[in-house]
Amino acid sequence: MSLLEVRDLHVWFDLPDGGELHAVQNVGFSLDAGERLGLVGESGCGKTTAILTIMGLLPSSATVAGDVRIAGESVLAEGEESVRSHRWNDVAMVFQGAMNALNPVKTVEQQIIEPMEFHEVAEGEEARYEARRLLEMVGIPRQAGGRYPHEFSGGMRQRAALAMALACNPKVLLADEPTTALDVMVQAQILELLVGLSDELGLALVLVTHDLPVVAQVCDRAAVMYAGEIVETGLVDDLFHDPRHPYTRLLFAATPDLYGDEEVVSIPGAPPRLDREILGCPFQPRCDRAFDRCIRERPVLRHVHADRLAACHLNDLAAGNSDVHRTRATK
Amino acid sequence: MAIRPDIRTAEAATDSARRGRRLWLWQIIRESRQAKVGLIVLVFFVLVALLAPWIEPHSVNEQTGPVYCEPSVHHLLGCDDGGVDMLSLLIQGGRISLIVGFTATLVAMIIGGGVGILAGYFGGWVDTVLMRVTDYFLVIPDLPLAIIIAAVWGASLSHLILVIAILLWTTTARIVRAQVKSVRERVYVKRSRSLGAGNARIIFRHVMPQIAPLLVANTVLTVAVAIFDETALSFLGLGDPSTHSWGQIIEFAFLRTAITAGAWWAIIPAGICVALVIMACYWLGQAIEDSLNPRLKVSYLSPRTFRVRPLVGRGPSAL
Amino acid sequence: MSPITRPETAGASGALVEPPLLEVSDLRTRYPIRRGLVGALIRRPRRWVRAVDGLSFSLRRGEMLALVGESGCGKTTTAQTVLRLLEPDSGSVKLDGRDITSLPSRDLRPLRRKAQMIYQDPYESLDPRFRVRQTVEEPMLIHGVGGNHDQRHVLVVEALTRAGLTPPDLFLDRYPHELSGGQRQRVAIAASLVLGPELLVADEPVSMLDVSVRAGVLTLLDQLRRSGTMGILMITHDLSTASHFADRIAVMYLGRIVEHGPAKEIVRDPKHPYTRALLSVVPKRDPRDRTNPQILTGETPNPVAIPPGCRFHPRCPVAEPRCRVEDPVLHRVRGGTIEHEAACVLV
Repeated sequence: MSLLEVRDLHVWFDLPDGGELHAVQNVGFSLDAGERLGLVGESGCGKTTAILTIMGLLPSSATVAGDVRIAGESVLAEGEESVRSHRWNDVAMVFQGAMNALNPVKTVEQQIIEPMEFHEVAEGEEARYEARRLLEMVGIPRQAGGRYPHEFSGGMRQRAALAMALACNPKVLLADEPTTALDVMVQAQILELLVGLSDELGLALVLVTHDLPVVAQVCDRAAVMYAGEIVETGLVDDLFHDPRHPYTRLLFAATPDLYGDEEVVSIPGAPPRLDREILGCPFQPRCDRAFDRCIRERPVLRHVHADRLAACHLNDLAAGNSDVHRTRATK
Repeated sequence: MAIRPDIRTAEAATDSARRGRRLWLWQIIRESRQAKVGLIVLVFFVLVALLAPWIEPHSVNEQTGPVYCEPSVHHLLGCDDGGVDMLSLLIQGGRISLIVGFTATLVAMIIGGGVGILAGYFGGWVDTVLMRVTDYFLVIPDLPLAIIIAAVWGASLSHLILVIAILLWTTTARIVRAQVKSVRERVYVKRSRSLGAGNARIIFRHVMPQIAPLLVANTVLTVAVAIFDETALSFLGLGDPSTHSWGQIIEFAFLRTAITAGAWWAIIPAGICVALVIMACYWLGQAIEDSLNPRLKVSYLSPRTFRVRPLVGRGPSAL
Repeated sequence: MSPITRPETAGASGALVEPPLLEVSDLRTRYPIRRGLVGALIRRPRRWVRAVDGLSFSLRRGEMLALVGESGCGKTTTAQTVLRLLEPDSGSVKLDGRDITSLPSRDLRPLRRKAQMIYQDPYESLDPRFRVRQTVEEPMLIHGVGGNHDQRHVLVVEALTRAGLTPPDLFLDRYPHELSGGQRQRVAIAASLVLGPELLVADEPVSMLDVSVRAGVLTLLDQLRRSGTMGILMITHDLSTASHFADRIAVMYLGRIVEHGPAKEIVRDPKHPYTRALLSVVPKRDPRDRTNPQILTGETPNPVAIPPGCRFHPRCPVAEPRCRVEDPVLHRVRGGTIEHEAACVLV
């Protein structure tokens, strides 16, 4: 039984003019203790919405379908009570821009104690002790706990946000763009911290980011999202060296590498609108390998290997030979 | 490398949070019931005031009925203590009240807007000096000022307008200054400056269009305050004796013992008119203000308020 | 600290090579930290943020120089000072041989035509009430150039085409909110191109764009400078981008350049310990490429309290005792090309 299991997740948002935005489409993944999964995609692909759903933090304009199980217990279908017992206790989140969302009128220590007391994990002196221990674990000196967020640098504030997320000893940590606004050196520190926590505490980590190299460094597996759905998943190593979806391949190709000499390319066009049904493959208008089946039929996420899934018609060609993704297709 | 001209995809609904809709005033009014009602009421009163000479049933300068006569078919709202038709008085009164209200607001907007823009845009000592001047005017007590001006220079319509404008421009100045200060820091203004644009161009082409909607909202709300001030000051006897605004109608009725005579029609309709106009201005102004300020909207993430739809046999799950 | 100039070799005719487009010498810009009334009364000593503290570099026409560094190193201040949007305290900035630091305000106008800035945030750098046509036309109206309405229209269309927004007619009447981030950035670039600038300062031009559109904008900048007459100073924190698109890289730390040279050489053979550490922690695309990251301890220090001697020595993994005392000067590194310089006593 996995620690976190997401299956057939759909999220729709009501639009002011009456329509619906299908922000998350049939998303599923699972996570075991100590595993680090990267959820990769660009703005608007639905990755943040997907993990907010796991936390049960969507607005009233949202409709959800699917199954989210935390430690075997389904949390979506039942009411707020069932989600609440898991929220922060079993699964916690570091939000995007969390370091700028700390309460400016409370000390860092107080903000770590707050969830502990709310979830009745600890209180009083015990909570204070725990809070200081957590601060030390994330690399903030114990005494600094009595300071206010504005007295910290960006990297320190991010560590504080991390400590807050770990306040109730969750088993799963969802991190949404945790290092995006940080300098590369501080980013390295935070990533090292996350990997360390995942190894030492057996914390399962979902790292949501648009930054492929970060995922390559930190995560074992990754799921690539596009237009609300997962288009490919697998080991990060396989995604880079043997991609089975053109978007994965092109996304890597669009990322400059420090030493590589290959040309860095853009992907022309823009993602499709999610407020109307998409006919055929959502990536087809921008794909450099699309053929006529791609226009008619929407590909389904299927196994191409054990532990490898991709949603692309190319995988049906040439009996699973992955060269079709590399050699120039004759259109 | 050419971008594919896919404008429609550029409008992907998922990006709307980042961009924010461009809000036209008409759109705002169309979308808010509150604003629509306010606008309709306001337009109604303005139209009545404009068409006064043609729609008033009787002249206000001659006695057309018995003193304090009750409402009847002949005099829909009865007569006042001089036998003048109340409805006609009300219509004429609306003219005066609205004229004073709008004019005073216009003057206040010009002064306040000008001060606010200069102080907010130039900052530094210009800001300091102008703000001290504003503070000075802010603390002037309204009633003594009106009394003094009426006593020294006589009570007239223009003096009333002047007093009200003096009292109102400071709030506008502050609001405009705050807005201008924030617009001045926007990247596109800095970019214009780095392109070599002069102050005049930046103020007229970039700053003013940006603050215009809020200025409109503020103007409408100021009209409400101006009319209220006019009514209050007139009621206290500081109005122009040759006119009869709504405030003066109430004043006369009070002075001339309408209450003891039981002539409610001499007081209440005027009060209702004032209240309606002020409310209409508030509704319209607030609606505009609310839609222009996205931060007034309630925050987004709240626990478990979304709906759950049962899943009906979907495709295979991943992993 | 001597400015870096192209080695003045005599050409075939014996003439000297032209001066660089941009030449910055020993630039210093500092901000005072407000003492407040109490502080002034008790005569607390005034402290300064030495944002730019002795900066020298040069940029040639047809070249893209990437100014790289972490936050607080002074790169944005440098960009603004180079364009005279900020006044430096001392040092000189020469554009085409002419010192612009001492220019009186009325002479700044022509400068604005020659040197332009591309801003980081494409969602904020366009006036939301201006159509694309108006945004691109505005610089011409400001400077009174471009001829009559029709002639200006032609120039607008030309600039949009050069910026990759084709067909231009589709974009002319759009408002910014109808465009994507990449398209907005191209509009900003078109608006800069319309005056025919010689120097473009791009402040993190793609950091707020999606990964899949970054290369397009960067390639555009690359093409622009290859046309020969323009030089581009790109401010970025992203070393991978710098190594791919820039000709030269200059690494900044606490207001100074600590190393600079040809991009590929800096990336493959960094000499300064800071550069080496920085490069070692840049995540690589290839998961198998796990070089040993040299993660420095502590935060990027404050430009208020600059350490004595070598400003990097408190965090330097190979610092020696003399580094606490000696403030190194940029000099040619051992085993590098003539253009590769670093400010470290150990190289």
